[in-house]
Amino acid sequence: MLLLDRNGAKPDPFIAVETLDDAPGKNVIDAFASVDALLAAGPAQAAVLAPNDLDAEDFAPYLDRLALIAIRFPSATDGRGFSLARQLRRLGYKGVLRASGPLFPDQFPQALACGFDEVEIPDANAARQPVAQWLAALNRVTLSYQRDYARGATGPASILDRRARS
Amino acid sequence: MAVVKRPPFPVILVANDLVEGEVIFAAEHGWTRDVRAARVANDAEAAQALEQFGAAQARACKVVDAYLVDVEIEAGVPVPRHYRERLRTLGPSHRLDLGKQADFHL
Amino acid sequence: MYAYDELDRQIVRERVAQFASQVERRLDGSLTEEEFRPLRLKNGVYLQLHAYMLRVAIPYGGLSSRQLRQLALIAEKYDRGYGHFTTRTNIQFNWPKLREIPAILGLLADVDMHAIQTSGNCIRNTTTDCFAGAAFDEIEDPRPTAEWIRQWSTLHPEFDWLGRKFKIAVTATQQDRAVLRGHDVGVRIVRNAAGETGYRLYVGGGLGRTPMEGKLVRDFLPRAELLGYLEAILRVYNLEGRRDNKFKARIKILVHEIGLEAFRAQVEAEYSKVVAAAPAPDLREFERITASFDAPDFADLPEVSRKLEQAQAADPDLAQFVARNLFRHKKKGYVALTISLKSIGGAPGDATAEQMRAVADLAEQFSFDQVRVSYKQNLVLPHVRRDDVPEIFAVLKAQGLATPNVDLITDIICCPGLDYCALATARSIPLAQTLSRHFADPDKQKEIGELSIKISGCINACAHHHIANIGILGLEKSGGESYQITIGGDPGDQYALGELLGPGLPASAVPEAIDRVIGVYLDARRQGETFIETYRRLGVTPFKAAFKEIADAVA
Repeated sequence: MLLLDRNGAKPDPFIAVETLDDAPGKNVIDAFASVDALLAAGPAQAAVLAPNDLDAEDFAPYLDRLALIAIRFPSATDGRGFSLARQLRRLGYKGVLRASGPLFPDQFPQALACGFDEVEIPDANAARQPVAQWLAALNRVTLSYQRDYARGATGPASILDRRARS
Repeated sequence: MAVVKRPPFPVILVANDLVEGEVIFAAEHGWTRDVRAARVANDAEAAQALEQFGAAQARACKVVDAYLVDVEIEAGVPVPRHYRERLRTLGPSHRLDLGKQADFHL
Repeated sequence: MYAYDELDRQIVRERVAQFASQVERRLDGSLTEEEFRPLRLKNGVYLQLHAYMLRVAIPYGGLSSRQLRQLALIAEKYDRGYGHFTTRTNIQFNWPKLREIPAILGLLADVDMHAIQTSGNCIRNTTTDCFAGAAFDEIEDPRPTAEWIRQWSTLHPEFDWLGRKFKIAVTATQQDRAVLRGHDVGVRIVRNAAGETGYRLYVGGGLGRTPMEGKLVRDFLPRAELLGYLEAILRVYNLEGRRDNKFKARIKILVHEIGLEAFRAQVEAEYSKVVAAAPAPDLREFERITASFDAPDFADLPEVSRKLEQAQAADPDLAQFVARNLFRHKKKGYVALTISLKSIGGAPGDATAEQMRAVADLAEQFSFDQVRVSYKQNLVLPHVRRDDVPEIFAVLKAQGLATPNVDLITDIICCPGLDYCALATARSIPLAQTLSRHFADPDKQKEIGELSIKISGCINACAHHHIANIGILGLEKSGGESYQITIGGDPGDQYALGELLGPGLPASAVPEAIDRVIGVYLDARRQGETFIETYRRLGVTPFKAAFKEIADAVA
């Protein structure tokens, strides 16, 4: 798996554990279905991998205790994760949002705009689409017709905001 | 391994050129735009060779959508049995001035 | 026309460069065909039966002369000298090469055009009334609303990977001329009791494999709330629409399966959160867009044109054209003039580069530089002085564009069918040509009166056959082409899906079958009744009986 954010490839600070007995003191990622057990096990930081067909509200009780939520993209063309990320941000989630699945570089700016911080892609995809292609994809379209989809200063500039200023 | 479902023989291999988009047929060597020069496979072994050629060419980003089409041999020329595939060897039926039918006087 | 600003231009330019990069990465193997396919589709590039096809967006059907001339240039330089206007009011080129498409997109960008989102599972070109801005009966010009939606939906980061395509239409008249109820979302501009202008929204309409009528989801939405409400609809659809079966992935299936009330509740719940996050939507952008549409400087003219009346008296062909191809304008002395792309025996919706240039010249000289594309695959000069109609008619006649058949039986809507389309199951154009010739006699057409024939070459229904008075669907049956006929469909205010008359027929039997159907109508009609009115009164039974004689004869 290749993990990268807007600055490039990065190591994954989270590990999967054989059993939650190994969790205390570690940064652990587990399936969202086990979130209660994971949190009870006392990891240093907790992260979950969630399917993309959950309700954003299902996450609400855990948001301030999860350092990372990874949303699975079963295929590149299944865009549910984009809306789910948007809703999680709207609910006030401040942790890291990861898109996990066979996305391709042209979707990287879309993922960031919807609230993701990073993507995790299978090795086979990364072999065809190295990090440089992912970073290049971020700068191709520098404007956006939408408001409130840009996170931070690095995303596309909102045409609406530009027009409002002029 | 599942049995590969193939159309009845004889068959030819049809694909689109990735860059041009044009319909092309596997020939004795490489590809041809003219169905009359298409390589005809009469048995499973020859059909498999065509398929392997198509798959390799797709992997090499030369063609897309390569598949076998069953034909009849009419006056020595392979003619697809299905009307859809027949149209692909010719061009739009209401514009005889366009497509392969015009280029090759088919 | 909406006037692009530098930001609109920049984003289109950047998109062209992005597509060029996608092509490069496809050719070097970085992108697989499976990955590239949705990317090229979102730029209007299909791989069709013979070649690539490029579908260029004509937002809500509006073109300037300069734009139409550029389309003519592209047709000549990169295609085979013609283009095909579609029921989504776009234009298709049938023979481009992939490596040349970035250059074509560059030529489009030069005239503020693009091919963005003309295909793919995203929000498509928003359509409207082809007489928008000209029609006597509109509450306001619907194009600013359509442009507002266009900008909001363009390269939307969240709604680019929907379960399926998503089509929106806008209209501002009582008479629906935009097939509102056949869209994923239909937007009707209305006034409420307080005199405020806002929107009535229909959702879940569509044709294709499972035709459905759009349902009223919001009776009145204040103008400022439109984009927020659309965002809520799209988000609910993106999250809840089916992903397990592409034939059940349109929003119409979601609305149908969970029911309108449950769907509305979900949308309203999502919308309340949209509002909470952004509580004060404003109209600044809408107002900016509205102001950027040029307002034609209409002259004060008399209602009647003596010049036109005299010319009509002297030329029966012109008189016939005037009787069929003019539509009432909001301004005295003006008309909206339809240019039929349905010449007898021609391919419906096709225009040559030369014809495009001729129309562009006419628009420049006589119609404030404006041309419209209608979903019926015709062109419209929206603002023509009655005085100028004879001169325009003469030019059109010389170009083979003066066919006086608007809304008559030879004004056939027809998809490209199996002569071009990789999805088609049967050809449609040759049958349209046959029927056009079969009913060519102007007196016969006049006697039959208003009647729509729509021919689709597959179940996806690009030609809207379900909502035709006489709909024809081409299918494969026992290894040959076979055509099913439905009757009684209506795209407008009395929206109705056609009823199937019986088994499919070979193309050769279709003209006679339609003769029989029309025979029933002509025998039974009352004074002034159109085909569809007679059908509504009689029901399908007598038509089925007449059809059966033909079906039995060929069975």
